[in-house]
Amino acid sequence: MISAPDVVAFTREEELEDDLYREPPLPEEYSVPLFPFAGHGANPWAKVAGSKFTRDFILISEFSEQVGPQPLLTIPDDAKVSGTFDLNYFSLRIMSVDYQASFVGHPPGSAYPKLNFVEDSKVVLGDSKEGAFAYVHHLTLYDLEARGFVRPFCMAYISADEHKIMQQFQELSAEFSKASECLKTGNRKAFANELEKKLKDLDYTRTVLHNETELQKKANDKGYYTTQAIEKANELASVEKSIIEHQDLLKQIRSYPYRKLKDSEFHPYEPECALDRADVGGDQDLTASEPGETHLYTHVPSYTPKLIKAKSAKCFDKKLKTLEELCDVYFFTQTLDQLHHIERTFRGDVCYLLTEQISRALLKQQSVTNFLFEDVSFLDEKPPEKQYRGCQGLGQDAIDGKCLEESLAPKVVISLGSYKSSVECVPIKMEQEMEDSEEPKMSESAMSEHQENLDYLDADIKGSISSGESIEVLGTEKSGSGLTKSESQASLPVMPSPQAGRSKVGSRRTVSEDSIEVLSTCPSESLIPEDFKASYPSAINEEPYADDDEGGLRFTPRPTPGVADGQDDVSKQESLVQVDAACCIGKESPNFLEPLPELGRRACEEDGVVRIPPQPYRPAEQGLRGGFPSHDAIAGGLLPYELDSRYLTGSRELSKSSLDECSDSTSHISSAASTCSDRTPSPARLACPAAERHRKRAGQNALRFIRQYPFAHPAIYSLLSGRTLVVLGEDEAMVKKLVTALSIFVPNCGGYAKPVKHWVTSPLHLVDFQKWKLIGLQRTVSPAGVNVLHALSRYSRYLSILDADSKTLRCPLYKGSVVARLADHRTQIKRGSTYYMHVQSILTQLCSKAFLFTFCHHLHLPISEREPEESVVSRRINFLKLQLGLANEDIKIVQYLAELLKLHYIQEPAQGGNPLLRFDYVPSFLYKI
Amino acid sequence: QKSSVQTIGEEQIQNPYTELLVLKGHQDIVRFLVQIDDCRFASAGDDGIILLWNAQTGEKLFELHGHTHKITAIAPFSSSDVTEEKTDLIITASADRTVIVWDCSTGRQVQKVSCFHSTVKCLTVLQRLNVWLSGGSDLCVWNRKLDLLCKTSHLTDAGISALVELPKNCVAAAVGKELLIFRLSASNNGSEGWNVLEVKRLVDHQDNISSLVSVNDLTFVTGSHVGELIVWDALDWTKQASECNFWDFSVHPDAQPEIKLSQSPNETSVQHLTSDDECVFAAVGKGIYVYNLQMKRVIACQRTAHDSSVLHIEKLPNRQLISCSEDGSVRIWELREKQQLPAEPVPTGFFNMWGFGRANKQANQAAKKMQENTPMYFLELVGDLIGHSSAVQMFLYFGELGLATCSADHLIILWKDGERESSLRSLTLFKKLAQNGDLQLKL
Repeated sequence: MISAPDVVAFTREEELEDDLYREPPLPEEYSVPLFPFAGHGANPWAKVAGSKFTRDFILISEFSEQVGPQPLLTIPDDAKVSGTFDLNYFSLRIMSVDYQASFVGHPPGSAYPKLNFVEDSKVVLGDSKEGAFAYVHHLTLYDLEARGFVRPFCMAYISADEHKIMQQFQELSAEFSKASECLKTGNRKAFANELEKKLKDLDYTRTVLHNETELQKKANDKGYYTTQAIEKANELASVEKSIIEHQDLLKQIRSYPYRKLKDSEFHPYEPECALDRADVGGDQDLTASEPGETHLYTHVPSYTPKLIKAKSAKCFDKKLKTLEELCDVYFFTQTLDQLHHIERTFRGDVCYLLTEQISRALLKQQSVTNFLFEDVSFLDEKPPEKQYRGCQGLGQDAIDGKCLEESLAPKVVISLGSYKSSVECVPIKMEQEMEDSEEPKMSESAMSEHQENLDYLDADIKGSISSGESIEVLGTEKSGSGLTKSESQASLPVMPSPQAGRSKVGSRRTVSEDSIEVLSTCPSESLIPEDFKASYPSAINEEPYADDDEGGLRFTPRPTPGVADGQDDVSKQESLVQVDAACCIGKESPNFLEPLPELGRRACEEDGVVRIPPQPYRPAEQGLRGGFPSHDAIAGGLLPYELDSRYLTGSRELSKSSLDECSDSTSHISSAASTCSDRTPSPARLACPAAERHRKRAGQNALRFIRQYPFAHPAIYSLLSGRTLVVLGEDEAMVKKLVTALSIFVPNCGGYAKPVKHWVTSPLHLVDFQKWKLIGLQRTVSPAGVNVLHALSRYSRYLSILDADSKTLRCPLYKGSVVARLADHRTQIKRGSTYYMHVQSILTQLCSKAFLFTFCHHLHLPISEREPEESVVSRRINFLKLQLGLANEDIKIVQYLAELLKLHYIQEPAQGGNPLLRFDYVPSFLYKI
Repeated sequence: QKSSVQTIGEEQIQNPYTELLVLKGHQDIVRFLVQIDDCRFASAGDDGIILLWNAQTGEKLFELHGHTHKITAIAPFSSSDVTEEKTDLIITASADRTVIVWDCSTGRQVQKVSCFHSTVKCLTVLQRLNVWLSGGSDLCVWNRKLDLLCKTSHLTDAGISALVELPKNCVAAAVGKELLIFRLSASNNGSEGWNVLEVKRLVDHQDNISSLVSVNDLTFVTGSHVGELIVWDALDWTKQASECNFWDFSVHPDAQPEIKLSQSPNETSVQHLTSDDECVFAAVGKGIYVYNLQMKRVIACQRTAHDSSVLHIEKLPNRQLISCSEDGSVRIWELREKQQLPAEPVPTGFFNMWGFGRANKQANQAAKKMQENTPMYFLELVGDLIGHSSAVQMFLYFGELGLATCSADHLIILWKDGERESSLRSLTLFKKLAQNGDLQLKL
């Protein structure tokens, strides 16, 4: 059935030095220009693969103790999707990946059954026979009636493209972790409820039994016990034992270490939480007044306990709970939502996904320029590289004041993640643990330590010293410590440990019984405790808070930002001196007569044969301070491929080497892309398809515009140089269409909405030109219309006027070359979305030019004190003309964009800033068809 | 047609104002702009609100509420006391018959006086004496603490329309057609006591005096609604020279008497006067006239500088002149010399202060003469600023910082030199970069 190599344990490693040399020569497909006249929907990669399903889907399976592995549901829930694909068989495969997390029972040192708080495991699995590759996410849910109290489940993302699974592993892992966390949160809540009921039953049973025993005692005065009485006594004893056991379980589940997700996708049911919290307040009083366990039963009066028979029914007789019952309905639907989101996100060709991810990540990094032509709200919506950041990111976040304000433990603890070694951390909380933690650290890594601590916690559940928090500390920081290789890893491809903070994924498959297979522990694995805390308030729940008060040491990382500030202060003074050095144009070439090497290189790449396939983007290690791209970020903006290649090759190498291990792997990486059977057009990773549709329509309209109007160039120039363009017409639909078409050329002035007004019927004022750069204006014959026209002629110096009815344009002359490339009326591009991308790419080029122009110090300020202003001006003009290769009016475009960049950068976020109107006194001309 | 307004195309090379900021805040006509210091100014108007602005950034600093009616006069009053810290105050008078003193650094009301019998129409600060004067139906003298030092008796119901400071502790006040000279003198009783005495009453103007401006220590100028301009000696208050009724046709021989008769008084009214050491610049009707004090004649003029009345003019240091008008535009003029032509002697009939008929005839002759020998100077339009949608009431020239204009459309527009602003922004940008530490190389 499944051989070990089938399970591709996934580790991501970067071998920076050797990759460049070991990179195999490029596959031929990539160097050939795409066939330009391909028909609609033609996809060069779409070949019929051996897979039996048409598109990627998500499968949830369970290893049922009654019937074995069985598929539960697929997403999308459509029979067509899985086609002839044998879900049962595949469930068997994915579930039979040896998953050892379900260790429950009586450990040697403990008297009671114990729950293990197991981490999820994440594996990649390939089945060449089925042509299916899967990311498999195992998780266990608690069920009181199940064997060992656990039910193993798994969620699998199944795709025909192994490349997609490998390259999107981290993203998949992060997204699935969220789904899993949601399920588990609901499950813990349900489990606690179940335990509570069970306890009531048991208590009731005990009372009944007790009474019966008493009755028997009274009834019989012979002085010796009948067998009946002894039986009853035994039964009573076993019930009492059971009570203790269940109480212990309850404590365990309640004490599950938790931390709050900082920005989780799913939201724990808010109103419920609020209610629960109120309950906690009330119950705390109860706890104080009457210690003991009686209060456990006080506040769920609705449940009527049942008598429990001594012998429970055989497990095969009863019906197992469904997934929906296991988790709360709310959490179950949340999970489904999340899974649907995953399905949508990873739909489509891997090439498309990667390109999209790369461009998004790069765009996000370009915080200085990305507002100009990009939809910033779209970038903000769902930061795609959140996953990569991992704990390091959280640590950084913790530094920026938002977290510091909240003194609640969970977040502060997360900031401890910045500690580099676990050894530093341990003394903070767990003095008693010192001896213990020394040893495993040598052999295993922080992971097993984590497990140790969990055990420790379980055993010592009542001790006030150990709390969920301290475990979190260790758990969080292990990512920072880097993973040391353990013996158990020997069977896997040996990789050097990944760079700290970048990769949170390690493979760890140990044979030892108490070690959990944990491939990944992402910070998203948050545990929401309120759910149980609510129903079972006890001293234990309060511990974390009590700890907070005492644990002054925990806040030691706080000074770090302060120190950083101090450094900043120093650097402030230094940087004034460093201004010259930092400028990318040295003093030697103040006149910019020699072209910069980068620019030259870029120019020859401009004709655009893609030589390197898209690869997953990984942000540079060196964090960008203040979100401003440092020099390597600038390089990244201009030469993304070069910057990336080292990361990329890393992952490529990796996937190759791991696949080489696969004995039955038939396809090689280079052809892996061709196995993609996803014939649905890639609709995007976009969160909102509406935006995509808008782009398509705008692109289509723009294409029509540039073909239809010979004076499209000066019109577009007006928009790019910040001169308001008024589209005048009687027909609202036509005007709006034109405005939509032209809107893709409008630079954003900051803020979220493009400065575009689709339809105005009243006379325009100066204020309107400040606010809007593209206006659709109604032409009427009424007296009001006269006013409208009068206003137009009055402010004509600020305006270009496109008359949609008479097909004329009144605007300044344009003699540059940028717009010609942007809007070539003989373009071969046929599809709106393609044209939109073409426009975006040229606008991005313009942005980078504007960026260079804006941030070159010597272009704007004199090198020395005595340098006259004229020489700065001439240097500036030289730079624009010679270095950036701009001619005539193109200079004005870049200057305008540069002004926008400046304004955006220097604007204080607090004050909105007055919108200002810049204009030129240039003559306008009338263009006619 | 010569009478049509001179226009300038869209290409204005000499016009430095290529950037503008619209300042919103007023709810009614903005009539007054007053400079507080190098980078602050106050605006006030019919909504009774006074707003303080930063002239560089256009940021609104304070909103001063206190008046219930429209503002009628505003004057800056910076304390000159060496002992005290320099505080910038502004005094505002309103139609609600109150005067309020405001502190510009805090935006607070310092003091309010409401004992006036009529609306105060003008305010003048005599820095030298550290007192300020309010002119309504009477003239009051106040000190910094807003103690009433002295006042005149009730003058007229119409009230004082303009006040100007003259040497020797004198002030000239325009009251209707009359020009009254008052002298302030310390009373014998105590140091704080002042007396104000009317010392002279000048009745040379035929119509109401509409503008009054001091040229230098020796001269001041008045203009009236019918277009008379009189130059006065500031020391003995005698008439040095005068011009009247020539504004509309002297330089324009084709003008018909009918046209003249049909002209409304507004067309000839001297709306505003300004001066430098050599010349007096008068906004008369729609036109602008430059009167040379030395030559005692009009050396240049633009008969129809705007489409409607010019409301305010100001001379810039660089031989430029800015005018604003009811037509909503602001125009920049440059006074240029015509080198090739020899200077013309002053035509004799030019300074006629007598009746209309004769003046007309003589002026016509003079005009013909002028026509034959074009004046030595001419005003060239070098740029116009179009932004307001209604009459531009006033403007304030801030030198490098730009130009603030206020208008009946409730807006204030800050016009700026785009080039300069751009380089300033670059400077700010690199300062901010340095602050953020983004300039350090990250290798």
